[in-house]
Amino acid sequence: MTPTAPEGGAETAGLICAACDRPLVVGRVRASYLGQSFPVDLPRCPGCGFVYVSEDLAGGKMLAVEQALEDK
Amino acid sequence: MDAEQVKLWEGRCVEEQPPACVAACPLHLDVRAMMGKTAAGDFAGAFAVYARFIPFPAIVAHVCDHPCEASCRRAEAGGGLAISALERACVEEAHVGSRRQPQRNRRPKRVAVVGAGLAGLAAAHDLALKGHAVTVFEADAHPLERLHRDFDADRLPPSAIAADLGGLAMLGVEIRCRSRIGAGDGPLGLDTLLEAHDAVLLALGPGPALAFSGSLPLDGDGRIAADPATSATVLPKVFSTGRLLGSDGAYSPIRSVHDGRRAGESIERFLQGASLTAARSDEGAGPSSLHVNIAAHGSVPPVVAADPSRGFDRTEAMAEAARCFPCRCLECVKACDYLAHHGSYPKRYVREIYNNDGIVMGNRKSNRMIDGCTLCGQCAEICPTGLDMGEVCLDARRSMVARDKMPPSHHDFALRAMAFARSPAATLARHRPGRGTSAAVFFPGCQLTASAPDQVVAAWDHLDARLPGGVGLMLDCCGAPAEWAGRVVLHAEVRASLAASWEALGRPRVITACSTCLQMFTRHHPEIAAESLWTVLAAVGLPDGPRPAVPAPLAIHDPCTTRGVPAVQRAVRGLAATLGVEVVELGGADLGPCCGFGGLAEFADRPVADRIVARRIGESALDYLAYCATCRDVFARAGKRTLHLGDLIFAGAGADPAGRPDPGPSARRAARLGLVRRLKRERWGETMDEPSPSLALTVPDAVRLDMERKLILIEDVAQVIARAEATGAKLKTPETGRFVANHRIGEVTFWVDYAVADGGFVVARAWAHRMQVEAEP
Repeated sequence: MTPTAPEGGAETAGLICAACDRPLVVGRVRASYLGQSFPVDLPRCPGCGFVYVSEDLAGGKMLAVEQALEDK
Repeated sequence: MDAEQVKLWEGRCVEEQPPACVAACPLHLDVRAMMGKTAAGDFAGAFAVYARFIPFPAIVAHVCDHPCEASCRRAEAGGGLAISALERACVEEAHVGSRRQPQRNRRPKRVAVVGAGLAGLAAAHDLALKGHAVTVFEADAHPLERLHRDFDADRLPPSAIAADLGGLAMLGVEIRCRSRIGAGDGPLGLDTLLEAHDAVLLALGPGPALAFSGSLPLDGDGRIAADPATSATVLPKVFSTGRLLGSDGAYSPIRSVHDGRRAGESIERFLQGASLTAARSDEGAGPSSLHVNIAAHGSVPPVVAADPSRGFDRTEAMAEAARCFPCRCLECVKACDYLAHHGSYPKRYVREIYNNDGIVMGNRKSNRMIDGCTLCGQCAEICPTGLDMGEVCLDARRSMVARDKMPPSHHDFALRAMAFARSPAATLARHRPGRGTSAAVFFPGCQLTASAPDQVVAAWDHLDARLPGGVGLMLDCCGAPAEWAGRVVLHAEVRASLAASWEALGRPRVITACSTCLQMFTRHHPEIAAESLWTVLAAVGLPDGPRPAVPAPLAIHDPCTTRGVPAVQRAVRGLAATLGVEVVELGGADLGPCCGFGGLAEFADRPVADRIVARRIGESALDYLAYCATCRDVFARAGKRTLHLGDLIFAGAGADPAGRPDPGPSARRAARLGLVRRLKRERWGETMDEPSPSLALTVPDAVRLDMERKLILIEDVAQVIARAEATGAKLKTPETGRFVANHRIGEVTFWVDYAVADGGFVVARAWAHRMQVEAEP
């Protein structure tokens, strides 16, 4: 997961925040784990800020970063 | 981790010990590597190996007294390798003259060698390679006079001597013949030599040595006396060779070369100002402690050269070299897919794990290896010295936990499962209804309770019927997950809690259906008399009644926690025999692998755990008989028909217990809760509030299996959906009409993709991550 690179963009197509009824757009998000924190671009609701983490991202790059941080 | 303990562990792995042939060679020629290259037809490579160890390859190939051959372990399986003939074949095929260049030495020294025999020239060779200026003084007209005298031209062609002397000249060694050195300060006197050189080596036989008897003491053989380990004489700067005899007392050319090499090494150390004795590895020939499983190799007879007078041709040499096993231990690595997966062997693993433990800043690359071990003890059972990698990994885990460096994801799920199994809703510790005391208590273990709760009830009733004094019931966790996770504090807490429950029941004898529980009681609760359900049943007899039909033999899988507990292994086999079930062994009760659950390995490294299981279930086409509920369920999950011994005793006629699926973690939790509620209601007449109705969830089997692999429980999914529906915080997917929602439970964020249908919810998929993400304002 490269900081600031758009992630999971392909899966944002069509996702709509049910509470705000607004489509998700890629925006700046803060990811943190084990005391480490860094910015990434992920689909989020422009209204309430609901951030979407796709299955591919969770089981792919995000998992790799989690494991790398766990081994630090 | 304790450095001394680590060294002891490392020292127990014999894989890096030299093979017998290498140990028997005074120069420790890497025969194994040479044979490998020869067998592959790489004669140039084989010769390069040879020349790296042997200073005069052409000569030694022809005259070596090859102590390696007598030690070759192939002798026990067809006949020892003809190593010497193979060396000659390599020299014939690939000798291209010496290509070795002297090292660039910034401070070269001048060394005089007196005597141009094999020993003197070997020292000259090695010192010249180090970049020193070496001059050899020889009284005779030719160097290597003894070889000319002792070996005829058929045995040692003059061309071989010429080739190696040519190599020596290429290294810059000057040989001055007809130069007899004596004592004193004449032009060819030792004193003069010492003035002009930084070191002098006297490589002389007993006769010429007499010339120096005035200034140097001689030994009993008439040679110049020298320290046998360092070749140093009583005079500074003066060294001496002299031990030329083989073990049978005969002249040994290879010992002679070694003698020179040892003296050369001492002179180099002397010139460098280094210790002559510290950390020497040139002690010469010795025995090998490398373990080799000869029985694993079929007998192969030696290759006979078509023309013995010419020796092996290329094809014959390749065939003969291919008879080299080669000697390796690797017994544990061959048996354990976990050890094989990491590509090396325990000695290196121990070092890697220790290094990993010492990292302050940086990547701890061995974490998964440390947590991927099942701690099953199979390696220790197989290892000729009993090295237990589980002991190493557990020690490392404890250290990681103590330093807060344990990756949270490795054991989180298992520890949450343990906490659940210990929760009030899932535990029970009571006397039999209507009794105030218990002579014994049945402790089925959390896994049997989760896998086959009916069996727990049937076994409890049967024990109570057969044993005097009442049999109570304890549904609880033995604490194995805490122990395996290296959580010392948590494990102590579990032990204390268990001990308190047991005390409250009046300290009864404990009967457990789980071999892991038995191991935990035995190791950690010396105050508790614990026994296996199976040994108790063997003593008190089986219940009457219909039983499942078992038409074919079953292959028996012993759980790893019964390793070294023959009483249980025997009792199980005895019970099977009583039940009329024929049992086939899978290679020995103490030698089998773990099912992959042990040590929580499957949570830290599922692919490796799966490989262990796949290999185990592939060992026989028969249905398996297990007597650990976890082994049974793990095998069932992998598609192997497996019975639990309790199934055979308690399942009743008509059942097909071998076809019982793995319940999976969600159903396991439900079964534990259900059993406690059922017993409280049926046996103790308690009325209980019904649990609040859970969400009407539909989880298709394929989705459930995917969730289980990702360690996601149905309960987690239900919480996500319940929260999403209550708060409206969810995403819509217009084209599918489904919703996507998340919820963080503990340290994990769970996501569910679901549809609303028929007043309930259908789960399409679920996933999870541990990282937290928040929109920046």
